[in-house]
Amino acid sequence: MADISTTTPIDHIQDLNAVTITLDGVPTKAIKGEMLIQTAERAGNYIPRFCYHPRMKPVGMCRMCLVEVKGPRGFTLQPACYIAASEGQEVITNSDKVKKAQEGVLEFLLVNHPLDCPVCDKGGECPLQDQTMSFGPGESRFVEEKRHWEKPIAISKLVFLDRERCIQCGRCTRFAQEVGGDPLIDFVGRGDHIEVSTFPHDPFTSYFSGNTVQICPVGALTSKSYRFKARPWDLSEVETTCKACSVGCRMSIQSSVNAVIRNIGIDSDPVNQSWLCDKGRYNFDYLNSPERLRHPLVKKNGQFVEASWGEAFSVVAEGIKKSISLGSDKVAVLGGAQLANEDIYAWAKLAKSVIGTDSLDAQMGDGLPAKALLSLPRATIDEACSADLVILLTPDIKEELPVLYLRLNQAATKGHVPIIEISSRPSGMTPYVKSLLNYLPGEAAVVAKALVNQSERFPYEDSSSQQALEFSRSLLDSVKSKNIVVIIGRPSLAESAEGIVEAAYTFMDAFPQAKFLPALRRANVMGALEMGFSPGLLPGRVALDQGRAWYEKNWQSLPAVEGKDARGILSQAQNGDLETLILLGSDPLVDFPDAQLAKQAFEKVPFIVAVDIFLNESSKFADVILPAAGFGERSGTTTNIEGRISRLAQKVVPPGIARPDWMIASQLSEYLGKDLGFDSLESIWNEIEKLAPLYEGISLSLLSSNENKDGIIAPLASISGQRPAILEPDTTRSSTRRIPFDAYSLRLISNRNLYDQGTLTQHCQFLANLGDQGALQVNPYDLKSLGILSGGQVRVRSSRSSVVLNAVPNQSIPRGSAWLGFNLTGSKASELIGAFSDIIEIRLETP
Amino acid sequence: MTLSQPVNIVSSRFGLENSFTLDTYLKTGGYKGLRKALSMDPEQVTQQVLTANLLGRGGAGFEAGRKWSMLKPNPVRYLVVNGDESEPATFKDHYLIEKDPHQLIEGTLIAAYANQVNQAFIYIRGEFALGLERVQQALNEAYDYGAVGRNILGSQFSIDIVVHPGAGAYICGEETALIESLEGKRGFPRIKPPYFPAVIGLYGEPTIVNNVETVSNLPWIINNGGSSFASYGKGRSTGTRLFALSGRVRQPGFYELEMHTNTFRDLIYAPLLGGGIPHGNELTAFIPGGASSPWFGPDHLDLALDQDEVAKAGSMLGSGSVIVMDSTTCPVRASWRLVRFFARESCGQCTPCREGSGWLEKIMSRIEQGRGREEDLELLLDVSDNISPSLSWPPQQTTICVLGPSIPPSILSALQLFRDSFLLHIKEGACPYG
Amino acid sequence: MARFSDENLAIATQIISLYPQSRSALVPLCHLAQSQDGWLTPDAMENIAELLGLQAAEVLGTASFYDMLHTEPVGKYLIGICTNIACMLNGAQEVLEYAEESLGISVGNTTEDNLFTLEETECLADCGKAPCLQVNYRFFGPISNEDFDELITNLKSGSLGSQIPDHGTINRVLRKQGLAVSMSEISSQRAEADKQIAKRKAAQAALDASQKGEGK
Ligand SMILES: Cc1cc2nc3c(=O)[nH]c(=O)nc-3n(C[C@H](O)[C@H](O)[C@H](O)COP(=O)(O)O)c2cc1C
Ligand code: SF4
Ligand code: FES
Repeated sequence: MADISTTTPIDHIQDLNAVTITLDGVPTKAIKGEMLIQTAERAGNYIPRFCYHPRMKPVGMCRMCLVEVKGPRGFTLQPACYIAASEGQEVITNSDKVKKAQEGVLEFLLVNHPLDCPVCDKGGECPLQDQTMSFGPGESRFVEEKRHWEKPIAISKLVFLDRERCIQCGRCTRFAQEVGGDPLIDFVGRGDHIEVSTFPHDPFTSYFSGNTVQICPVGALTSKSYRFKARPWDLSEVETTCKACSVGCRMSIQSSVNAVIRNIGIDSDPVNQSWLCDKGRYNFDYLNSPERLRHPLVKKNGQFVEASWGEAFSVVAEGIKKSISLGSDKVAVLGGAQLANEDIYAWAKLAKSVIGTDSLDAQMGDGLPAKALLSLPRATIDEACSADLVILLTPDIKEELPVLYLRLNQAATKGHVPIIEISSRPSGMTPYVKSLLNYLPGEAAVVAKALVNQSERFPYEDSSSQQALEFSRSLLDSVKSKNIVVIIGRPSLAESAEGIVEAAYTFMDAFPQAKFLPALRRANVMGALEMGFSPGLLPGRVALDQGRAWYEKNWQSLPAVEGKDARGILSQAQNGDLETLILLGSDPLVDFPDAQLAKQAFEKVPFIVAVDIFLNESSKFADVILPAAGFGERSGTTTNIEGRISRLAQKVVPPGIARPDWMIASQLSEYLGKDLGFDSLESIWNEIEKLAPLYEGISLSLLSSNENKDGIIAPLASISGQRPAILEPDTTRSSTRRIPFDAYSLRLISNRNLYDQGTLTQHCQFLANLGDQGALQVNPYDLKSLGILSGGQVRVRSSRSSVVLNAVPNQSIPRGSAWLGFNLTGSKASELIGAFSDIIEIRLETP
Repeated sequence: MTLSQPVNIVSSRFGLENSFTLDTYLKTGGYKGLRKALSMDPEQVTQQVLTANLLGRGGAGFEAGRKWSMLKPNPVRYLVVNGDESEPATFKDHYLIEKDPHQLIEGTLIAAYANQVNQAFIYIRGEFALGLERVQQALNEAYDYGAVGRNILGSQFSIDIVVHPGAGAYICGEETALIESLEGKRGFPRIKPPYFPAVIGLYGEPTIVNNVETVSNLPWIINNGGSSFASYGKGRSTGTRLFALSGRVRQPGFYELEMHTNTFRDLIYAPLLGGGIPHGNELTAFIPGGASSPWFGPDHLDLALDQDEVAKAGSMLGSGSVIVMDSTTCPVRASWRLVRFFARESCGQCTPCREGSGWLEKIMSRIEQGRGREEDLELLLDVSDNISPSLSWPPQQTTICVLGPSIPPSILSALQLFRDSFLLHIKEGACPYG
Repeated sequence: MARFSDENLAIATQIISLYPQSRSALVPLCHLAQSQDGWLTPDAMENIAELLGLQAAEVLGTASFYDMLHTEPVGKYLIGICTNIACMLNGAQEVLEYAEESLGISVGNTTEDNLFTLEETECLADCGKAPCLQVNYRFFGPISNEDFDELITNLKSGSLGSQIPDHGTINRVLRKQGLAVSMSEISSQRAEADKQIAKRKAAQAALDASQKGEGK
């Protein structure tokens, strides 16, 4: 596959940055400072290359791109990937000398190359193979013995390395160091003994390892998941948007015989710039799992029995009707963040106008209050990456939004964007930040206020905290009225979201120009919230009371009162007051931070309906299961953290008689006696565009046009008078209070890791067992007082529960707190967390 | 044979007992040059070096004073002394380091002062264990003496020197690889432009890299004045050089000789110098300036030891090491051995050098062992041409540094001077020299 | 074993402090580890990676570039015989073959008693004494077969004791002083020096101009 070119079209070159060079005798415009290889490519002259990659610093090592450039000593051979275009430069790319040099390099590359193309995964899309074809007989001049290495070795659970095929371009090692930030592979040896290698017993466990496979110009690095699966020419592909998290990376899904075989990152300049994380890349074989739900299931005598759609809908409709008769607020919907925008809109309309409940929530009590979040002025990823300063108040984005982490670390290292991280413990981003401000769980707002206001009291007196504060303040001072972007998420599931919102408002008040980038992780959680999948909201970032008239007119009816969020819904159920719970691709028993609440709620709800692609812990309790189409099995649109709407594409068909979620909503509505008015995806988007203020003007044709293949950020312009206004930030402020410090307990920090126990991941054979074991990480100082300096089993007691965990010392966890991965095997964090507590205090005892 | 009066500029202490101690050094005028330099403006020091026309002794022969003038003004800048000496048959720095470490330190201090550098590194080839100990010992003494450190010798100038050991990689002698190596990385040369050390060097800061012999000349130049230095030699080749003579000669070793005034014949045959070839054998060829330089036949023996004249004759004086071959030497084997050296020492980043060196080595080895084919001779030339286009001198390159283009000269020279010997190997299927 | 002893950790810390960027200490620390353990053990590389804030793969990647850093065990005495041009012209190949025979190992191997490892080296920069060899980087030359035998006998009997330390020790002289000029001071020192230079240059230029003026 040819490299993605990032060259700006010539008419976009600003005169300011333009220079003119003479390329093969023709005056050619170039962007000042770009490499000649780019200039030439834009002019339609593709100079061959191996080591050069447009998203990494050039190294000029492979020497394939040699061209003649005029300098003080006349024309000399220079690497086009390494020489910056400058005014008046003379370049020759087509002389005999150039041709001989390039052919010479190609021949050199082949002398030790095994030429095992017929059995190579790269065969058919290999630049070395392609260029050899056009070069001709080459190989025969080399009659010596070739270099030999042991054939493919696994350098991780995902990637194989065949050192005989390696051409030492260093793309992979440079990626690991320069982009991924995990230099777990490096060149080893010297001269023609150079090989790519990991350190013994230290595999290439980078979250981004799959990118090295994608950028390896030969078949030296291959994916375990793709080995011998297909030949490139047997594959067909479509462009779509990854849904493993909410960054919204553009990728192409490739399939053969109705099975997805691999995902390849697409170079979307504003979003993923060609990279994918390994979860996004390898997160597809669950689609082919035999455990997929293929038919509706209805529970009879405690057993699931296959049913027809009609049968299943009748049972569901009957249950819902019975519940509505007791009050439409007796029905609630949890989930939706995995769905496409159109699905969510259909379900929102079904819930709010047909069933009449406002108790629906796409967040599992692990995000941020939707209204506050949606009202903040929104930043794009590009804006964050070119800001004068970034403030990071998020969970570990390397774990939760991996490609956002890549973009930001590149911004920090190459763009020199200063970052202040406010966090309870160091994260994957910490090595790249200018300043790390630690806060004790529950006190983010206190720290935020001290940061922006000199007179505000700062609670931590130790010198390193004081220095960090002083330094952060000076960083802020230097950029005061300029572009500040605050990236905001829920740093820990073991502290309440209120303090985070308060911190966000603190920054908004202090820096009126500041913009905010949400860091919520679930695939389309932003789309769900924007479509009103949250109590008190309506589609298009509209508050229920603000939009009531408009939507009542168009939707006929709306709930009378504001509903409840996930926490409220589960409490209502726990009190025996909820009749029907609909799960839309959600698993509260696993995902909701407070396991006890979720469990008691599930025990009490009489009627549970689950729409999903697998049975999960929660849907096992359901009375009816409705099988949905998965990623790649349906089209539509999705919305990323920026509010960017991009397209999802269908590549394969759903298993059995599973259907897209919007269709399920539509048909269920009919069984409830109302027509939602949708007969196609298009009809849904047309209604969204017609009604929701945020999407005004974003028509289907606009969305599908080629210029908008990177997606469209809503809103386009100002909203026309007719439609309801979109949310404005709240003006009331709560007041900060410090939570008294208890010297005998530790404050719990808990958040998610990339490889989790999630249903989809667990159904991917290559990702399933990559996650760590859950262990409580504690500062050795705090362990010492327990007499278990080197760690071991401890009993951990919170006000909720007590569990036995393995405690391990970790110097980087601040004293007085403890970290526990939320979703790791055996971590039991949700047993310790209470959904209504501001912070979770734990005590450690010997078990 | 008219041998000029020997002058000892850098090797004056070599014969003394304990030549490496501070005691001996001070007794023989040590650190006087530094004192004098510190009493001058830094630019005046540079001026003396410009007047002396001191050519770099590391191989490229660039004028030291001009290099200094090109140092980009910048708050942070460094001086790195190149003592990685690994070029085959080059062994002068080895002895300058072991026998007169204080002279090296004093020279380093003078260069640092002239360039107003506060931290200098002396990078010493790792295998020079004794040298590393001697320089570290001398440096400790120099700190105690007050010549290094804060406000040296009572002046306003402060400087630290750090001795840095290499670890066995010839390419680290190349100045940009040396800098990478000093940064704790693999010794991969950087691309010039833009990585001219004087502009972007160590840690990205402007950096002067000078050879050990180059800086060892500085105390004398400052003591005696640049023009005294320039009064030795002729044209651009001023002062003396420490010539390293090896191979088939009766008295191999290093000899400090005035530049230009003597010829290769003097060096190789004079009774006080090389003393001629063992057993009165015929000289068949000699390499005038280290392993990367094209060879000369006996017809070039009367060429002066002069940088520009040797260049004009189609080779280079390089690191000042002269290797002699005689009628017992198999030229195929000699050139194969040099090619093998480069193949082992290629850093491996450029495709032509990495793969080409190995390929050429394999062909040469085959020919030497009697398994050559006639078409191999053509192949040798064409593969060489792909590393060093049109095989011209000075070489052009398809590579980042000049290690790559240093591979072909010995093959070309051997083929040119001894084509018959190649053909004999091929036809007889064995080495005629046994 | 393998990680730095307390004593060597102190030396390592001093070495790191000598460089503006800690990674520069990588090779010196590898030498230090070799002088402690005889070779560069995986534990030592991990230890160095920790000290320098690197991944172990980067330490291995760099170390493996250099011939002197041995990531596999070697004998107490590493014998390196030069066969490059000057030595070759003076019979180095014969010495090497003799060495192989008399030690009973081929190049690259270690004797069973772990006393000797034999290497063929590139030029040792002692060509005036060709053919020459090194034992733990201490040079001997010119070497005949008899000299070689004698050397081996002496190494075995330990009579060369202090002259040749165990493999890995390349420098027995410790640096006595830390840096006299702190890193932070350097830039201010430089700024001051640059100001002085500019001043002098301006003065010189004014002088030149006035002289030119007079000359006219
Ligand atoms: C492959 C290669 C190896 C070199 N090895 C050395 C060396 O061992 N010692 C040295 O001083 N210069 C060596 N040089 C030259 C240096 O790059 C550099 O020109 C020199 O150190 C500058 O010092 P000078 O100007 O004082 O000569 C080498 C150059 C190349 C291309
Ligand atoms: S020419 Fe050879 S030694 Fe020089 S940089 Fe290229 S590969 Fe390395
Ligand atoms: S692409 Fe330019 S040198 Fe490799």
